[in-house]
Amino acid sequence: MRLELTDQQKMIQKMVREFAEKEIAPVAAELDQKEEYPTKILEKMSKLGFLGTIIPAEYGGAGLDNISYTIVVEEISKKCASTGVITSVHNSLVSWPIMKYGTEDQKKKYLPLLASGKKIGAFAGTEPNAGSDLGAMQTNAVIKGNKYIINGDKTFITSGSNAGIIIVFAVTDKKAGSKGISAFIVENDMKGFKVGSIYEKLGINASGTSELIFENMEVPKENLLGKEGDGFKIALSTLDGGRIGIAAQAVGIGQAALDESIEYSKQRQQFGRPIAKFQAIQWMIADIATRLEASRYLVYKAAYQKDKGERISKEAAMAKLFASETAMDAVIKAVQIHGGYGYTKEYLVERLFRDAKITEIYEGTSEVQRLVISSSLLS
Amino acid sequence: MNIIVCAKQVIDISEMKVDPSTKKPILQGVPFKISDIDKNAMETAITIKEKNGGKITALTVSSDAKERIKELLAMGADEGIIVNPPDKYDYHVVSMLLAEAIKKIGEYDIVLCGEASIDMFSGQIGPRLAGILNIPQIAYAQSVNAEKDKVTCEKNMGDKAITTESTYPVLITVTKEINEPRLPSLMQILGAANKAINEWTADSLIKDIKPFVETIELKGVPMERKNIVYKDDIDESINQLVESLTKEGVLR
Repeated sequence: MRLELTDQQKMIQKMVREFAEKEIAPVAAELDQKEEYPTKILEKMSKLGFLGTIIPAEYGGAGLDNISYTIVVEEISKKCASTGVITSVHNSLVSWPIMKYGTEDQKKKYLPLLASGKKIGAFAGTEPNAGSDLGAMQTNAVIKGNKYIINGDKTFITSGSNAGIIIVFAVTDKKAGSKGISAFIVENDMKGFKVGSIYEKLGINASGTSELIFENMEVPKENLLGKEGDGFKIALSTLDGGRIGIAAQAVGIGQAALDESIEYSKQRQQFGRPIAKFQAIQWMIADIATRLEASRYLVYKAAYQKDKGERISKEAAMAKLFASETAMDAVIKAVQIHGGYGYTKEYLVERLFRDAKITEIYEGTSEVQRLVISSSLLS
Repeated sequence: MNIIVCAKQVIDISEMKVDPSTKKPILQGVPFKISDIDKNAMETAITIKEKNGGKITALTVSSDAKERIKELLAMGADEGIIVNPPDKYDYHVVSMLLAEAIKKIGEYDIVLCGEASIDMFSGQIGPRLAGILNIPQIAYAQSVNAEKDKVTCEKNMGDKAITTESTYPVLITVTKEINEPRLPSLMQILGAANKAINEWTADSLIKDIKPFVETIELKGVPMERKNIVYKDDIDESINQLVESLTKEGVLR
């Protein structure tokens, strides 16, 4: 057993870190404040291959392992959690299911567009009345000639406002329950596709999270992903991978909180010395660092097992659960360490505080993760 | 056009700390990197190759430099050569070894160096190398325009720039301002694994080369703060502060 990144993974880490420092850090606060989608950053990222990290080289991607992929997401999220989740969704919730379940024609058509960043990906599962209970979705698809006609509403869709390729889940057989759900590859210029309202949120304000509305949307028959009725299975296995991405995003947010807290506590003077000299601060820093280290290894382990082709529902859920709760704990402590300044928008920890919360909610709430973990142990 | 880029592996000085009691630099655990300005030289080489075609060889005199050379291969070098130095070396030894390595590489049109390394910043290697190789040199280039038969550079002379031309072969040292070194893409990082890195020993190039300069000790320069707080009467404090600053030569 070797608990160390390979030389190549280290080089990737160094490169992404440098990129994020130079290209993302200077604009992240402004994007957050203006709730602006990071189009320019994504263009630069696509040139460096970040949008095709896991897509095989034959389809224009880098074809990298999942540990390298988590490194990319962590380093980007350290500087901008919105760009981090966009990257995660694009890679693991959109590119991956096409790689895994797509026909050769679908792969040839869509993967190069995703790898080059010409189209950004989104994943449309959640509905107003179907969140954790995804099987309760009402969006439906009816076949008519050589097309599916899809009707329904999807909510909280990351990149919804800017995506060109969207994996949409819809009911094709009402009587079959979760086995009556199917997955489709939808393009944003298909007839009947509409972007609804863009949400005003607590954090990840640059993620272009929006509502999607399908009004008699016409989707060619050949855009069915997998077979009819495979949708629920595709959604669950895709979300397993997605959770590794969100866990990596949470580690990035937590690491940023730690870095900021260390720097601040060394220079902030109170009672005639830096606050880093006080045990109350030291213990908070120690706790954040320890939990972060554990989170990162859970993420790497889940990614490692995914690379080996193993089933990772439990491991991905553990990584996501622990990393997201660690991120939340880290940002609470980080703001506390920063005191009044940490509560102002002048300091990065204020944004980290707002951005961390969502990691405990999307792609499966902490409660759902506990359900996944316990059911795999108790079944 | 064959281009050789000389690059130095240095410690990341921004991560280096000095032991407050012994004043010695703490080098343990400090990461290594390619000296920043040598990356500017690499970027210059890539731009020249993009325009004129050719081959870029990245050359370093350093031990354990494989991972750093891979960074240059990922950026765009075609081949890497590492010369393992003898136990003791100085500018003389390094420039002699670089010169012999360049002769062994054979045909070349341009040798590119950073104006100086970020750790020692002596700026000696480029000019020494040109001298040993007996080729023209253009130092402190802030722009390089390589054409078929000649290269034109703007030399940064502080308050002015001098435009200089040379035929090939030529040695050029570049400044930090010349360009923004590119980051390699993920695909380029993967591709770097398949590019050749050759390792040569110092002995195979020059037998028993000895340094002239011996480093006896390395010490950090302590920067101590005065920690004077003026807090009583504000007018008097201002006067005292101005007086102190004048005494220190900060205000004149």
